Amino acid sequence: MSSVAASRVGSWLPSGRTLVIAAPFAFLLVFFMVPFAAVLKISFADPQMSVPPYTPIAELKDGYLHFTLTLAHYRAVLTDALYVGSYLYSIEVAALTTLICLLVGYPACYLIARSDPSRRNLLIMAVMLPFWTSYLIRVYAWIGLLKNQGLINHFLLWTRLIDQPLKLYHNNCGLLIGMVYNYLPYLMLPLYAHLVKMDVTLLEAARNLGAKPWQAFFTITLPLSRRAIIASSLLVFIPAVGEYVIPEILGGSNSLMIGRVMWDDFFVNTDWPSASAATAAMVVLLLLPMAWFQRLQRRETAPR
Amino acid sequence: MTFDATRPQKSPCADLQPDFVQIIDVTKKFGDAPAVDHVSLSIRKKELFALLGSSGCGKSTLLRLMAGLETPDSGRIVVDGQDITRLPPYQRPVNMMFQSYALFPHMTVEANAAYGLKREGVAKAEVRERVAAALDLVQMGKYAQRKPHQLSGGQQQRVALARSLVKRPKLLLLDEPMSALDKKIRQQTQFELGNILYAVGVTCVLVTHDQEEAMTMADRLAVMSDGRILQMGTPNEVYESPTCRFAAEFIGSTNLFKGVAAGDASGLFHCEDLDAPLQVHDPVNARMNGPAQISLRPERITMSLQRAEQEFNWAVGKVEQYAYMGSYTLYYVRLASGRLMAVDMSRMAVRAMERAPDYGDTVYLSWGPDTLVVLAT
Repeated sequence: MSSVAASRVGSWLPSGRTLVIAAPFAFLLVFFMVPFAAVLKISFADPQMSVPPYTPIAELKDGYLHFTLTLAHYRAVLTDALYVGSYLYSIEVAALTTLICLLVGYPACYLIARSDPSRRNLLIMAVMLPFWTSYLIRVYAWIGLLKNQGLINHFLLWTRLIDQPLKLYHNNCGLLIGMVYNYLPYLMLPLYAHLVKMDVTLLEAARNLGAKPWQAFFTITLPLSRRAIIASSLLVFIPAVGEYVIPEILGGSNSLMIGRVMWDDFFVNTDWPSASAATAAMVVLLLLPMAWFQRLQRRETAPR
Repeated sequence: MTFDATRPQKSPCADLQPDFVQIIDVTKKFGDAPAVDHVSLSIRKKELFALLGSSGCGKSTLLRLMAGLETPDSGRIVVDGQDITRLPPYQRPVNMMFQSYALFPHMTVEANAAYGLKREGVAKAEVRERVAAALDLVQMGKYAQRKPHQLSGGQQQRVALARSLVKRPKLLLLDEPMSALDKKIRQQTQFELGNILYAVGVTCVLVTHDQEEAMTMADRLAVMSDGRILQMGTPNEVYESPTCRFAAEFIGSTNLFKGVAAGDASGLFHCEDLDAPLQVHDPVNARMNGPAQISLRPERITMSLQRAEQEFNWAVGKVEQYAYMGSYTLYYVRLASGRLMAVDMSRMAVRAMERAPDYGDTVYLSWGPDTLVVLAT
C-alpha cells in the first residue's frame, strides 16, 4: 500500500536528477536573468532627475497603458566614438590578454601534464596559489613591483641595464601584465585537465610512423586539444572584456575600457539608460563567440 | 567475411637471412627491477615470431625496445645489418601496431593510413596510391572517409594494420593484436591476419599472452618469464619438448612429476606419487642422480578399465571429476598416493572403450616412454 502511494507521489514530484540540474538554473534565473531584464528595461528609458533616475517605460494614463521606449541610447552606443572606441579597445585588450595567456599557459600546461605524476599536483597547486589571496590585494601589490621606485625598476637600475626608471604601469604594459597575471589560471586549469587526459600512445604511434617530436605535436597534440584551447580562451576572453578593476588600478588614464565607461555612466553621470544600453550591447557582443563555440562543438560531436 | 585457410606452408623462407633481426644481450631496467634481462634472439627474414608470456614478463618492453619507445640499458638491436639501438623511433625501419590501435581520432581512415608516408615526404600521388592499396589489402577501402570512432573493433584493427604496413617496414611489431577483439571473432581474425602478413612477406614480431594465438600465427615463438627467454622454437617443438616447467605449464596443460633418476642407463625415474617407475625414452636433460621434473601431457595418456600389461609408465586411480568439452573429455583421476592426474580423452578414444568411465570408476592409466619429457628446470 505505502509503496504504491510513494510511487504515485514520486511520479509527479521531480526526480532528484532534475532537482540537481535545476538548482543552478533557478539561481541564474533569479540572480542573472531577472536583473538583466531590469537592465534591458532601463536601456529603453530616458534619464531624468528623480528616484529612480530614469523615465518609466510603461505608464497607466487615462485608463490606457502608454509605452515610451527610446532607442536613442543604443544609437549612441553604436555610433558615439567614446562607446565604439572603448568597445574596440576592450576587445583588443581581452584578445591580447587571451593570446599572451595561451602562449604562456599552453606550454606550461603541456609540460606539467607530461611531468612525473607525483609532481603534477604540486605544480598545478602552484598555479592556483595566487587565488588564496584577495583579488584586489594581488592587483594592488603589482604597483609595488611596477612603480618607478618599485622592485623591478630598482633591480634594473642596480644592474645598470637602464639609467632611467621604466614606466611600467598606468599604461598598456601594466594593464596587460595585470590581466595576464590574473587570468592565466582560468586558462591553465581547463587546458591542463584536457592535456593530462590525452592518450600518450597516440604520440608514440605518431613517432613510430616517422613523426619527429615537433611534428607529432603539431599534427596530433595541437589538433586534439583545439576544443580545450577554444573553451579555455573564452573563459579568459569573456570576463576580460568587461574587466574594471585591473585597468582602473594598473591601466593608463587615457584609454578607457567599456567597464570604466559603464561605471562613469552609472555613478558619475547618473545616466542609467546609457549604461544599461552599453551593458546589453556587451552581452550581445559576448554571445557571438559563445554561439560560435557551441556550433563548433555540436558539429564535432554530431556524428557520434 | 570469407577467408582462405590454405595459406602457404609455415617457414617457406626459413633459410633466408637467419639473422635478419638480432637482439644481442639486451637489458632494460625500470628502477632496480630488470624488465628485460640479458635477452638475445635472432629472427629470420619474413618470419612471424611470437613473444609469449604472462603480463609483466617483459615481452611488451622488449617490443618497445625494438620500436625505440624505450632505450636499452645495455645490448644492441640490429635490423638487416643496421644497428638501430640508439636511433630515435621516427628513424627506424620498424612499425608497430599498438594494442589499443592508437588510431588518430581526429583523422579519417585514409589520413591515418597516409600519416606515415606524409612524414616521409612521399609525393602526393604515390601516397594516395599506396594508401588505397594498403586499405584494399585489409578490405577497408570503402571506409576510407570514416573516422575511427565510426568503425567496429575489428575494422579499427585492420586500419591499424594498414597504417603500420603502408610504410613497408623491415620489421612489423604487433602488440597483443587480438586483445581488444571479442573471443568469437578472434580465431578467424588470427587466420586472416596471418594470411595478410604472409602475403605481404613482412618480418613480424608478435607479443601475446595467449598461447593459442601464438601457436596459430607464429612460425617460431619464445616463452618469456621474469624478463628472460626460457625456451625458443617452433610451436610444435615447444609443445612437444618443453625444456622447463614454465614452458610446459604455460603452453597447454601438463602433469608434472618429481622423479629421482635410477642412476643407470635404463632411463628409469622413481616418483613417489606413482607405484610404477617412469621410463623415459630420451632423458636428455636429466641430471643422472639428482631430482628431475618430468612432464606428461594429458592427451598422451591412455585410459582403460582393464589393467595395463606393462611394467613401467602406468598408474591406477578413481575418476573424481570429468568435464565434457565437445571434442574431448577431461578426466581428473585420483591416485592412491593422493595425486590428481589430468587426462584428456578424445571422443574416439572414449567410444572405443566398452563404456564411458563414470564418477568413482577405477581406471588404469598408461603412456609410452616417448611421451615423457624431462625438464631442465
